[in-house]
Amino acid sequence: MSYYDKLIFELSKNGRRGASVPRGVGDAEIPFGAGTLWRETPPALPEVSEPDVVRHYTRLSQLNFGVDSGFYPLGSCTMKYNPKVCDEVPALFAGLHPLQEEETVAGARELLAETERFLCAVTGMKHFTFSPCAGAHGELTGLMILRHYHEMRGDTARTRILVPDSAHGTNPASAAICGLEPVTVPSGPDGLVDPEALRPLLGPDIAGIMLTNPNTLGLFEKHIKEIAAMVHACGGLLYYDGANLNPLVGVLRPGDMGFDILHVNLHKTFATPHGGGGPGSGPVGVTEALKPALAAVDGRVSAFHGNFGVVVRAYAYLLMLGREHVRELGAFATLSANYIKESLRDKYKLPIDSVCKHEFVFDGLLDDGAREGVPGATTLDVAKRLLDYGFHAPTIYFPLLFHQSLMIEPTETESLETLDEFIAVMRKIADEAAADPMLLKAAPHHTPIGRPDETEAARHPILKYTPAA
Amino acid sequence: MAQFPFFPHTGEDVSRMLKRIGLSSLEELYADVPQEFLYRGEYDLPSALTEAETKARLEELAAKNRKLTVFAGQGAYDHYTPSVIPALAARSEFLTAYTPYQCEISQGTLRYIFEFQSMICALTGLDVANASVYDGPTATAEAARMCVASTRKRNRILASAALLPCVRKVLEAYAVFGGYALSISDNPLSALDASVAGVILPSVDKYGRVCDLDGAADAVHAAGALLVLYCDPSALAVLRTPADWGADIAVGDAQPLGMPLSYGGPYAGFMACREPLMRKLPGRIVGQAADGEGRRCFVLTLQAREQHIRREKATSNICSNESLMALWATLYLSLMGPQGMKELNAACYRSSHFLRDKLLATGLFDAPLEGDFVKEFVLRPRVDARRLHKYLLDKGFFAALPAEEGFVSFCVTERRTRAEIDALIAAVEQFAGEEGK
Repeated sequence: MSYYDKLIFELSKNGRRGASVPRGVGDAEIPFGAGTLWRETPPALPEVSEPDVVRHYTRLSQLNFGVDSGFYPLGSCTMKYNPKVCDEVPALFAGLHPLQEEETVAGARELLAETERFLCAVTGMKHFTFSPCAGAHGELTGLMILRHYHEMRGDTARTRILVPDSAHGTNPASAAICGLEPVTVPSGPDGLVDPEALRPLLGPDIAGIMLTNPNTLGLFEKHIKEIAAMVHACGGLLYYDGANLNPLVGVLRPGDMGFDILHVNLHKTFATPHGGGGPGSGPVGVTEALKPALAAVDGRVSAFHGNFGVVVRAYAYLLMLGREHVRELGAFATLSANYIKESLRDKYKLPIDSVCKHEFVFDGLLDDGAREGVPGATTLDVAKRLLDYGFHAPTIYFPLLFHQSLMIEPTETESLETLDEFIAVMRKIADEAAADPMLLKAAPHHTPIGRPDETEAARHPILKYTPAA
Repeated sequence: MAQFPFFPHTGEDVSRMLKRIGLSSLEELYADVPQEFLYRGEYDLPSALTEAETKARLEELAAKNRKLTVFAGQGAYDHYTPSVIPALAARSEFLTAYTPYQCEISQGTLRYIFEFQSMICALTGLDVANASVYDGPTATAEAARMCVASTRKRNRILASAALLPCVRKVLEAYAVFGGYALSISDNPLSALDASVAGVILPSVDKYGRVCDLDGAADAVHAAGALLVLYCDPSALAVLRTPADWGADIAVGDAQPLGMPLSYGGPYAGFMACREPLMRKLPGRIVGQAADGEGRRCFVLTLQAREQHIRREKATSNICSNESLMALWATLYLSLMGPQGMKELNAACYRSSHFLRDKLLATGLFDAPLEGDFVKEFVLRPRVDARRLHKYLLDKGFFAALPAEEGFVSFCVTERRTRAEIDALIAAVEQFAGEEGK
């Protein structure tokens, strides 16, 4: 099939429409178009029929790749399968207005309360707010709670927060937006936070530490007990970035490790679909001591009750998971990641040799095929070549600790057969690179489009449709 | 224990995988974890339910909610959702994709975001829009931060008290630690000085009134600040645009564009601005590009603004936005078109004015506020507002929502039928009769 390249605007024809609208009740005179309050010309929206719309967006969907299309080993994004029943149930709550009195939304409130209980069970925290709409929003909310906690105690000098260099970019960004100065904690040669490197950074100006555990290398921060004791001793709090919660589910709980605040990405850990980049949901949990600080932000960081429809999906998933299968979740995710790592380490550079958790990072190819006059294949080239073989690419060039980071996270919903297919393809690509790196550099060859010129797109941005003159 | 339908690992698979890794049990995968942290207790979760049992439980919960006929808005509006939208937005290629990092296999997402940005520009009249943020109130807080970042040595934000309560509360929550000093007042334009980075005004206020913003932009710009307008994107199809009023930034919630009420979310915030502010705009932005063969395609662009590149120096911490809800809005606006949007607003206008006039005729309310409105209006009851609201609630209406300053708020969308409107009027008349006794 040839590449479908239309925008909906380009299907427009004067006089067409795709929806019917009632007339309304009564005969008030419509003032639109007259006087200063109303626009003179209608907005330049497309005029298309319903079949036009359906065919256009069906074709657009066919240019996309989702978890349902195939394996999506995008590290740190936890692209697990999203059960279909979970997508069906939010419609049961579609008609509830967010300002309705509690007694008229008893079912919705019960659902939130029960989900809170389930999340407490899995994480070891005591109270949750569902206001945050995504992971980074949860981070910001969690840091607001952290700051309220210190301020409520009259401890106003704590304006700096420790963030390891392996942290997601959202961590320092959320800290900065919450008025905290991020202080980078360097990783040791084993990829972990070294308590001795942490010690000199601690003091009365430290509000806390943001930790991702396991970290973005997929490594468990095994000094966590000591780190927690040190940070608490200096008066700081421990923030847990829930982006990597998946491998711990059913095995251990952040609350038991000394964390005071955490956010959970329901769209990662609890199987709600990512929607092409949202809606997510980032509920924030705290210990009993932080309940008053939680109350200072609960219901105040988004319009109403956060992304309720996403919470409904996660609740349905948790019901099916139950206390039995929860025990398998993290362990299977961890098993799959280690299986891939051990199956590819003779072809890709493994910078840190250790049992990983749900994900791990290669630092590019062992043999990139570079020779006189021929540049070697990079991580980007490997990623693009994977698309040719029907797989989504891993996360690339993150974490920033290595030059050729290739971060792979399989999740617990992929079968051994899928993992084996992926491994075979990754090995084949490594062999292709060694033999002919230019084959990879020209990839992808079999996708709807080839590599775009992103530099040019940023230099001369075209950010909206303009009709041809 | 039965195999979980979403975990394909058989016992034999697990053994094979462990063997490849060189381990003999799943526990050994956690040998690096301090062993006292391994959770040995029972998880406080129910015993796993089947799919059918799960659905039944959700239906049981849903049955505990009361079905009400919605005659209120205040930030969430009960417009009709055309069937095309859930059908197409449920396509798993859209639903189960992540942020379109690999553009060669994400042209579907990238193209509808580009269309969404174009439609938001068409509604606001402004030059550039982003791919969406969480919701309208957070978009407003992001706009406040944009104002501070775009002006020199200014950090005050003046916001109108006539903004919706849900917008003001988020602005306030973000202001505590968020790098801007917030003053909310009835007449923010009278407080302009050299410390003010931005002024946030409603395009349609909390009373539902369409605001006359004549002179606002001139005053704000003369003081060296930026003007932000909070808008209802549905009404923008017939209102004078933020660009025409001279606004620098327009924000709002896309919920009125066909998104169900859903007890508050998911919705989608939108943000648009004038071109010179483009590099201060937070969130994802999609731009047009060409591949090696010259084919038009779309990519995430201007990423140097974003957290994964700039870390603590980013314009915002936002990563996930509300992409799928941006698709809902794009589908909605495509289906409605300019004519449909005009007719929709006309239907809201007629029905809401019809209801307001009938309510005034009951004698239960003071004279209305001056000013025109599209679908939402307030009245001040001569009786206790909460009692009126409760009375109507008992009759199955979510109406006469107690609002600030002793008002009750009503909203009538195109979804409300003649029969529903008549029934509400009858209930209010009955209430008036009982009050008169």
